[in-house]
Amino acid sequence: MSEVDISLVDWSRAQFALTAIYHWLFVPLTLGLSFIVAIMETIYVRTGNEEWKRITKFWMTIFGINFAIGVATGIILEFEFGTNWSNYSWLVGDIFGAPLAVEGILAFFLESTFIAVMFFGWNKVSKKFHLLSSWLVAFGSNLSALWILVANGWMQFPTGMKFNPDTARSEMENFWDVLFSPVAINKFLHTISSGYVVGALFVVGVSAWYLLKGRHIIMAKKSIVVGAVFGLLASIFIAVTGDGSAYQVAKHQPMKLAAMEGLYDGQEGAGLVAFGILNPGKQTGDDKDAMIFSIEIPTVLSLLANRDANSFVPGVNDLVYGNEKYGIESTASKMEKGRTAINALIEYKAAQKAGDTKTQENARKVLEANYNYIGYGYFTSPEEVVPPIPLTFYSFHVMVMLGFFFILFFMVILWLNMKGKLENNRLVLKTAVWSIALGYIASELGWIVAEVGRQPWAIQDILPVKMATSHVSSSSVQLTFWLFATLFTVLLIAEIKILIRQIKIGPKEGGQ
Amino acid sequence: MFETLSHLALQQYWWVIISLLAAILAFLLFVQGGQTLLYQVGKTDTQRTMLVNTLGRKWELTFTTLVTFGGAFFASFPLFYSTSFGGAYWVWMLILFGFILQAVSYEYRKKPNNFLGHKTFEVFLFINGLLATVLIGAAISTFFTGSEFSVNDFNQSRWEDKGMGLEAALNVQNLALGLAVFFLSRVLGALYFILTISEETIVKNSVKQVIYNAVPFLVFFLLFVGLLITKEGFAVKEDGTVFMEAGKYLNNFIDMPLVLALFLIGVLAVLYGLFTAISKKYDKSFWIVSIGVILVVFSLFLIAGFNGTAFYPSTFNLQDSLTIQNASSSHYTLSAMSYVSLAVPFVIAYIWYAWRSINNKKIDLAEIEEGELKY
Repeated sequence: MSEVDISLVDWSRAQFALTAIYHWLFVPLTLGLSFIVAIMETIYVRTGNEEWKRITKFWMTIFGINFAIGVATGIILEFEFGTNWSNYSWLVGDIFGAPLAVEGILAFFLESTFIAVMFFGWNKVSKKFHLLSSWLVAFGSNLSALWILVANGWMQFPTGMKFNPDTARSEMENFWDVLFSPVAINKFLHTISSGYVVGALFVVGVSAWYLLKGRHIIMAKKSIVVGAVFGLLASIFIAVTGDGSAYQVAKHQPMKLAAMEGLYDGQEGAGLVAFGILNPGKQTGDDKDAMIFSIEIPTVLSLLANRDANSFVPGVNDLVYGNEKYGIESTASKMEKGRTAINALIEYKAAQKAGDTKTQENARKVLEANYNYIGYGYFTSPEEVVPPIPLTFYSFHVMVMLGFFFILFFMVILWLNMKGKLENNRLVLKTAVWSIALGYIASELGWIVAEVGRQPWAIQDILPVKMATSHVSSSSVQLTFWLFATLFTVLLIAEIKILIRQIKIGPKEGGQ
Repeated sequence: MFETLSHLALQQYWWVIISLLAAILAFLLFVQGGQTLLYQVGKTDTQRTMLVNTLGRKWELTFTTLVTFGGAFFASFPLFYSTSFGGAYWVWMLILFGFILQAVSYEYRKKPNNFLGHKTFEVFLFINGLLATVLIGAAISTFFTGSEFSVNDFNQSRWEDKGMGLEAALNVQNLALGLAVFFLSRVLGALYFILTISEETIVKNSVKQVIYNAVPFLVFFLLFVGLLITKEGFAVKEDGTVFMEAGKYLNNFIDMPLVLALFLIGVLAVLYGLFTAISKKYDKSFWIVSIGVILVVFSLFLIAGFNGTAFYPSTFNLQDSLTIQNASSSHYTLSAMSYVSLAVPFVIAYIWYAWRSINNKKIDLAEIEEGELKY
């Protein structure tokens, strides 16, 4: 309803991206390692073997170092919805706020209360209560992921709500629709399993480093077994949930899917790009080839997107310019409807002030008929609805390739370990060490696909990012951006240095 | 159950929950207060390590309560969330900046190769202790003094002062509450050290700090309360019109005698707790003062939002002021959230159980020698 300060939008976006990317550097390890630590402690309690206690304590120390910086980078994210996206906060606070509050009440307290028992309770509470605390920390971490991903899933597929013109906001109509939205559930399962893979890669990688150095052999071997089994199960699960997520994207965010695949012109029986290089000169609507080079698996994209190998998958051009044959409406038409909805809302509020109930009622009807397109009314050109395709495409493909590599990797590790050949296979051990970084890369790329791929929307079809900002000065946001960039970088350096030193010290000293 | 309640009843219910969370947060700021006392109470590195470890067992509770306070405010009164956080940008950013520093400092302070050195992390803890207490206190005081913001017909808010919230520090009443919270948190921090540490020097220095900080706390608190009950307040008519009413907050106390009783009992508990700590060297005074703090803050929040009062007043345009009615979530959302709130007693119960399990024995030198301390 007001002028857009593009500089403010870009800096607000940059600040949120910065804090989310930093936060997501630490959360996956927390999600994965919390379960791995709980499994190790369970083995200790069941067997009474002190070696497992030593192993548990070591990984718990690593967990604690990582957890602290995850918490530090997380607090800013919650409050940024208000500080930097106040229009968004009002428009959807009635729906979006609820998962955040539930996250605090049900998950964060569970996590923060029992983490104290986990670290300080070794000689103060019984073995079983301590074990329960470790599991509750793992459960609490994952529960908090559920609620924030429900909130995120709702932004990608707004459901269970209705717009109320009196309050000028969307209001929740069905909590269960929000909680059990298929987008949210798939997103949750896919995201937490990616955290489990990162945790498993970390444990296997660090243990492999010990084997390479010939130190802490027993601990390393035991940790590798736990890590690799956990990692293999998680990496298979991640493939399944990835398929589910992509199916939901195809249903609710077809533009994102088109960007993920670099698909400009829709096809029946569309092939999946297994490997490809985009044509950098390609623009929406031109006749140039989308790919310089690509290897496609025929009909698989149609199959994955619609569960029908012969079905039509729309491309970027179909979604921007429309495709009558397949009943796809053009963005220009949606923009027209969006503007009609916005004008109807303005008319409704004016009539309300004037006490003109008849005009108010008419405006309400027009608004309701066009509300699903309201977000399009803020665009000035149809091409604005296209997300950055190269970033989305390459992030998606590298992530998928790494996902398949992880399955193979964990299988090889377990097979070699079973045959007693892992310890001497330096190539595999070195690969394991480097795979730690690959896990983080895959995880961050996943976020880029999810968040860059849904641009320009803050809430799909309802609210573009450019209309969601607070009315703060661009210079204030620039200043806080650099403040956080500097602080998080310094803290990241501190974390890495501490982690490396703790790993070098090893379980004996570090785990105490 | 909750869906049968009126929208107003749900709004009041959620204002009570917000008030309770604020009261618990104020009490838990003892962690921040304790962080500012590391060098005044702990004279050796070992003593400071004991202080950090006793606070380190609780810092996440304060942190989590702040996050939950924010989340609950967002869910129940989203117009406050979008107006205050999006407007008083610098105040909230500085508060958050301090909490970021805090979150890593306990864990990293004594870890080998920590890049910045242990003193840097101790400075970080001090910064968090100072910023969180003074700024949260000043921000809460604006509930009574008002802020320069506007809200348009579409409920989009805009901060109208270039200070982006920092201008609140120029108001004597805001400053008084900010400093009162700062010194109160130090009193609580010192009392918490007495409660949880068995070491002679620490206890002796903590008692001294209780005295040194109780005096300025009482001065600033009395100044705040004096201004509060004598000045005009932001009253709301039944039709929603906001107007200035002489002695509004005193009237609220008089109109709600139970709230006044809670306030007075709270003040007496704080005073009695301070007396027992200073005169009798009673090591559990922390709990008496804490209960008092919870009651006082709880009652202050109730007079800010109840009895026809705008809880977040706009001095730019009185009619843009936020009330628990115009700033709240819908009936459906408040009902759904109310079911979640039923988990709160259960959450408090397990926090209490875990607290007792960990704090059942005081930290002493032997524990350090056994290597049982984490931080």
